Amino acid sequence: MRRWTPYWLALPAWLWLAIFLVVPIAAMASVSLTTGNLIDGFTQTFSVSNYSDAIAKYSTQLVRSLVYGGVATVIMLVLGYPVAYWIAFKAGHRKSMFLFLLLLPFFVSFVLRTISWGFLLADDGILFGTLKGWGVLPQDFHVLATTVAVIGGLVYNFLPFMILPIYVALERVDPRVIEASYDLYASRLSTFRRVVLPLSLPGVFAGVLMTFVPATADPINAQVLGGTSNTMIGNIVQTEYLVNNDYPTASAISFTLMAVLLIGIFIYARALGTENVLEAAAR
Amino acid sequence: MPEDVPAIELDGVVKEYLAHGETVQAVKGVSLTIGEGEFFSLLGPSGCGKTTTMRMIAGFEEPTKGLVKLLGQDVTNVPPNKRDINMVFQSYALFPHMNVWENVAFGLRRKKVADAEIKQRVGDILEIVDLTGREKRRPREMSGGQQQRVALARALVNRPRALLLDEPLGALDLKLRQQMQTELKRIQREVGITFVYVTHDQSEALTMSDRIAVMNDGLVEQLADPREIYERPASKFVAGFIGTSNLLSGTVDAAEGDLLVVRLGEHDRILVPGKAAAGDTVDLTVRPEKITISTEQPESGLSVVRGDVAEITYLGTYNSYAVALADGTEITVFQQNAIDSSTTAERGDTVWLSWRPQHSYTLS
Repeated sequence: MRRWTPYWLALPAWLWLAIFLVVPIAAMASVSLTTGNLIDGFTQTFSVSNYSDAIAKYSTQLVRSLVYGGVATVIMLVLGYPVAYWIAFKAGHRKSMFLFLLLLPFFVSFVLRTISWGFLLADDGILFGTLKGWGVLPQDFHVLATTVAVIGGLVYNFLPFMILPIYVALERVDPRVIEASYDLYASRLSTFRRVVLPLSLPGVFAGVLMTFVPATADPINAQVLGGTSNTMIGNIVQTEYLVNNDYPTASAISFTLMAVLLIGIFIYARALGTENVLEAAAR
Repeated sequence: MPEDVPAIELDGVVKEYLAHGETVQAVKGVSLTIGEGEFFSLLGPSGCGKTTTMRMIAGFEEPTKGLVKLLGQDVTNVPPNKRDINMVFQSYALFPHMNVWENVAFGLRRKKVADAEIKQRVGDILEIVDLTGREKRRPREMSGGQQQRVALARALVNRPRALLLDEPLGALDLKLRQQMQTELKRIQREVGITFVYVTHDQSEALTMSDRIAVMNDGLVEQLADPREIYERPASKFVAGFIGTSNLLSGTVDAAEGDLLVVRLGEHDRILVPGKAAAGDTVDLTVRPEKITISTEQPESGLSVVRGDVAEITYLGTYNSYAVALADGTEITVFQQNAIDSSTTAERGDTVWLSWRPQHSYTLS
């Protein structure tokens, strides 16, 4: 009987997962295989053409989303790792203050923050309008409604999710292990490459996961900061659901995105060496 | 032990820190030389500066003042990765993401030693520390004692000029610790490398060292071989820190040749080697195992004090007596649990304690 106690204790969590994850996903899977419209109703036809049609129609946006998400993730990694490293090893007793600063933007809603970037980057806004007035920038200079604005927005919005897990991983690295590396003739660079970086990989893995997935699926940044040529897959899902009420297509796109992301993550985990990641994480 | 060129030489080394806006001296001027092939211990309580001293030898800290020399060469400002010294860290600091072989080969790889030689040397050292066949294990999968030996191998494989050991046995249980003490001695003899051993455990230092520097409050209180440290502690601190000591304080009555006659109470007459004028107050020490306890007045020519047995503790191989003198001073006496143990003092009995003059020392 005692043997089963942990499972009983885990029951609420399992129920939660079942009700709020498995059921909706199953329902959505079912919807993605129906045909019809809002007025005449939807019928379960198990037609996979929803998928092929959706992919044919929106492959551009799907690929664009993956590229935007990927580029944004790489930029976040390049920007975020040094920040995490600095907070973990150099910030000293002010560590918690910097972590708090990192979380400060979350006190303002995601949408509001993105919209304020829209104001900041507006062609005749405070920043560019002034600079144009001074003649520092050419009159036709613009950032808003470009790829740069959307990717920039993604980077801005998700950067803390990259920094925090890397920080946690670096924070757990025993400083004596780093000293041991110096003691064993390793230079600063090779200590980083052979000791610090490998030990922080679980954090990098988590950070990439926590940024790439939501950034790729995000509709807000493209909607607020992008133009018509920057539409991402999240915008398509939103439009199909809420504007066109084409639930089957919207569901099919969602599932396609989910599948692509899962495959991507799987390949990524293999490339990074799951074994290493899990081992280091289990430490 | 010191030879022409000492392995390690510290010359007036001072280390200051800035803590909360105040300058704190962790090491207040340490000068010492450690000979080649010597097993040298830095012994002291926590906060005495022994670890800081060792970290300056390793290169992790730069002295505020003074010089660190390695085989006659000034290495004061040389970073640790360019010093031919390796360290065994407290709690080992093994690389958790590498297996035993990779851990041990780390230093040689950084020094760009040829692969064939690395293979040879790693294999050899793993044999010395008795870990052959465990090359593929990760540190996490090993016991504390095994991790300890990996740490040792990882440092020794580089054939450093000196090996620094920072409380390396602290994390092990008593039995294993005693085993490792013997093991460390054997390995040191086998490889012939200078060992600098940092510990707060006096028995560890006494067991293994050729020489010991007892540190207190950023300074070396005494530097000598274990026997002398134990038998002739140079200061109150050393006497109190190493083993159990009885500290007595009395007035000099007269000088008889090389001996001082010191008086505590009316029945007490202590003879101790030393120089002082009559009327001076002197501190002196005597080890508990040097004292004989008896219920009868002992022969003359010995130091004699009289007191009441306050407590008797049975400790297996010996009994420990706490004897209170007339002035309240308590003296500890160890008596072997031998078959012919003559004394049968009971708690409350008045007893005479006696010891040879040469077994007590005046303290500075």
